[in-house]
Amino acid sequence: MDSVACRCCDLLQRVPPLPRGGKARCVRCGQLLATRPADPLDAPLALTIAAAIAFAVANATPMLRLSAEGREAQTTLPGGALAMWQAGSELTALAVAFCAVVAPACHLALLLAVLLAVRRPPAPPWVGVAMRWLERVRPWAMTEVLLLGVLVALTKIAQLASVAPGPGLFALLAVVLLVPAIATTFDADLVWRRIAWADARAQVRA
Amino acid sequence: MTAQAGSAAACGLVACGDCALVSRPASAAAAGHCPRCGAALAWRQPRSLQRTWALLVAAAVLYVPANVLPVLVTDTLVSSQSDTIMSGVVLLYTTGSWPLALIVLVASVMIPLGKLAALAYVLVTVQRGSAANARERTRLTRTVEFIGRWSMLDVFVDTFVVALVQLSPLMSVAPGPGVVWFMAVVVLTMLAARSFDPRLIWDAAAAREDRDGRPR
Repeated sequence: MDSVACRCCDLLQRVPPLPRGGKARCVRCGQLLATRPADPLDAPLALTIAAAIAFAVANATPMLRLSAEGREAQTTLPGGALAMWQAGSELTALAVAFCAVVAPACHLALLLAVLLAVRRPPAPPWVGVAMRWLERVRPWAMTEVLLLGVLVALTKIAQLASVAPGPGLFALLAVVLLVPAIATTFDADLVWRRIAWADARAQVRA
Repeated sequence: MTAQAGSAAACGLVACGDCALVSRPASAAAAGHCPRCGAALAWRQPRSLQRTWALLVAAAVLYVPANVLPVLVTDTLVSSQSDTIMSGVVLLYTTGSWPLALIVLVASVMIPLGKLAALAYVLVTVQRGSAANARERTRLTRTVEFIGRWSMLDVFVDTFVVALVQLSPLMSVAPGPGVVWFMAVVVLTMLAARSFDPRLIWDAAAAREDRDGRPR
């Protein structure tokens, strides 16, 4: 039985032992307090490796292909940001590169590092630093928004020329399906419990 | 689940913002560092209301050029056409794809405006010390944080249209000056939502109920 303080309303409460697949919500504001995924170490690791491979394919292969009047053009994911830079909107290009490429890549790389490191507890304190950065980049990793954006762009251009989705688009779809699966099988609380404390004396007392 | 009396702060306890460990800081003035992960502890996010207001006002100001200036400029052999976010939505609607027009309208117009209104409402009610609808206002802030990222949609759409339609002199598309302002609005409102501490809603509600002498 652990005492937790709700991060939304600060209500102090005890979370009872949860059944497998169970969830606990704050009694006062309804915020999710704890989950207990069935397989919190192997399942997210397998899904993260799959997502990392799919994300690499999504970046390396063409996202969209266009042909009009005998001319052809294609673009990849980093190529999109590069085109925005060359067209003179550098800040927008940087934001797109960050939200579409850098943040999702960091998110998956940090997840991979954390999930590998906590397999043998106690994990060293740098895993805690990785967990902190994981939470910071997560809101900026916008693969699902990106996928919808590419689809809207495809439909918009389809009125001007003939466009076809490339393999990158299907790889991106795989990433978008895998990321929420990682989130539901991942247990941040369990990871934190497997990391060595920064203050070793306090850990002995606790 | 058994609720203990009051908030963690009322019991002299603080939850780590990173690892969620609840600990008792040595002094109430300076909360110090989390014994487990070493992060700086804080009873509440520092200067949460000022930061959120500042980011919100900045976002509201930039919302004007984001919508007035064109986001895409299309050049063909015979003509040049500038599109703002709204005229892009109208263009999508008139060319027959109303579901897409609706998606872009929701993501680019309704979500940014909704975020600005929702955050301003929550900030004003906290500053007035309101005790009503605390649960609903907490859910509202969670929703704003969750859906805020979807406003980036139009920026991604514009990026891929620009990247692909480069068939000059037949037809080429360039980004307009509005797209960078729109991107800034999305980033600022996301930062504003994250800098707001929803625990302040409950602190204000508890203070109001203490003052009015009603049972907690």
